Amino acid sequence: MYFSYEDVPVLEDICFSVEKGDFCVIIGPNGGGKTTLLKLLLGILKPDRGIIKVLGKNPRDVRQKLGYLPQHTDFKLSFPISVMDVALMGRLNKRRLGKRFTDEDRKKVEEILKMLDIWEYRHLHVGRLSGGQRQRVFIARALATEPEILFLDEPTAGVDPEHETGLYEILKELNKKMTIIVITHDIGVISRYARSIACVNRKLVFHEEGKITKEMLEMAYECPVDLIAHGIPHRVLPEHN
Amino acid sequence: MWSALQFEFMRNALFASIIISILCGIIGTLVVVNRLVFMTGGIAHSAYGGVGLGLYTGISPFLGAGIFAVLNAIIMGLATVKDRDRADTVIGVLWAIGMAIGIIFVDLTRGYNVNLMSYLFGSILSISKKEIYVSAFFTILLIGWVYLFYKELLAISYDEEFSYVIGIPVIPLYFLTLIFTAISVIIAMRMVGLILVIALMSIPPYIAENYTSSFAKMMALSSVFAMFFSISGLWISYYFNISAGASIIVVAGVGFFISYLLRAFKKRKRWV
Repeated sequence: MYFSYEDVPVLEDICFSVEKGDFCVIIGPNGGGKTTLLKLLLGILKPDRGIIKVLGKNPRDVRQKLGYLPQHTDFKLSFPISVMDVALMGRLNKRRLGKRFTDEDRKKVEEILKMLDIWEYRHLHVGRLSGGQRQRVFIARALATEPEILFLDEPTAGVDPEHETGLYEILKELNKKMTIIVITHDIGVISRYARSIACVNRKLVFHEEGKITKEMLEMAYECPVDLIAHGIPHRVLPEHN
Repeated sequence: MWSALQFEFMRNALFASIIISILCGIIGTLVVVNRLVFMTGGIAHSAYGGVGLGLYTGISPFLGAGIFAVLNAIIMGLATVKDRDRADTVIGVLWAIGMAIGIIFVDLTRGYNVNLMSYLFGSILSISKKEIYVSAFFTILLIGWVYLFYKELLAISYDEEFSYVIGIPVIPLYFLTLIFTAISVIIAMRMVGLILVIALMSIPPYIAENYTSSFAKMMALSSVFAMFFSISGLWISYYFNISAGASIIVVAGVGFFISYLLRAFKKRKRWV
């Protein structure tokens, strides 16, 4: 699969497949095409050449089964919308056009907001929340769609460490029910949770094993990268000789 | 104050103001949150081409303006749906072309047309019963549309990309929003004229946004503010014998500056 913005090639010769139930981590340098790849998989962008199949179909035909957390959640901060309204947005889809939300929708959203520890903020204006709180609201919205595949673009940007670990534990739990594809720069996360890794930097190298190597990072970042391990209890990377 | 209501034209103007305020509060909220203020200005001004066409051909200038406004809204929509970054240029060009066409048609029309000012600056005092009914009917239609697709309009206005991902028909609803905006502009034009209409659509939602965390309440509050501005503007124009449209906009402008200063004051917690 190939994709370019205007004449600038962004992704070239991409070929990979993610198994059902996978926890796939996408890594790569800024501008390497990670977010673009995600948007292609979500059917937001159209590839120049090649075919993308999600759940065996064109991504546009399975949009109801995909959950999406965008990279930036700090837009339209003065827009008058509450936490509950944003989360409920995940319950929308084409077939329910013009119908009201049901009690079931609200129950589901309540469950998710409680799980993410933001139920108490449900009536607050989203623009008044902190970056990390808002991030969780948007994760709630992605989960409210009850997706088969959950796409997250840097879900822990701006989230404090306490909630970051909690968030990945939640994702691990959700991974029992759904496939997760996540973009992150957090190498610790990759080694603890990833089942497969895609290194994206214009080209894509797919590793079916969730173990990260120095070579992979160097390919992805095109320069030597130092791997930092945080002490023995969290040491998950193999020792280098 | 009540003495003015003994005149039928004042009663009509009052009813019309209330209806048009509701209309402007609802559509104005959609315009402001979707950042369509400039486009709405473009639609309003380019509708002058339709006024000219109406005068030239002898059909109603309002009908001409309506057709022009809807067509321009669709063209602007087509031009902007793919390339939001250059939307402002396209709108600016259509804005000017529309007005130029209007001027040429007026030149070509034989005789001097005294009513021209009323299209530009409004003439609420001469509104007819029939026009009030048409405005009321359209306002009900707009309320029905917003009620039916409230969730979707909220989602699209807030986060278009996500709305697209979950399968909401973003583009059809975007065009419908533009068409409703175009017709609303023409109806509101009766009150404040096509040059001033943009203020009546943008000022009330701008103020209302500060006081609510709900989209629906923003619409309701905007309508209340619009009503306050238009009714007080109407009384001022009656007592000082000045233009109603301009008075309404000046009152709204005062409201805008008060709200702007309050907003700036509240936000003054950073150095720059």
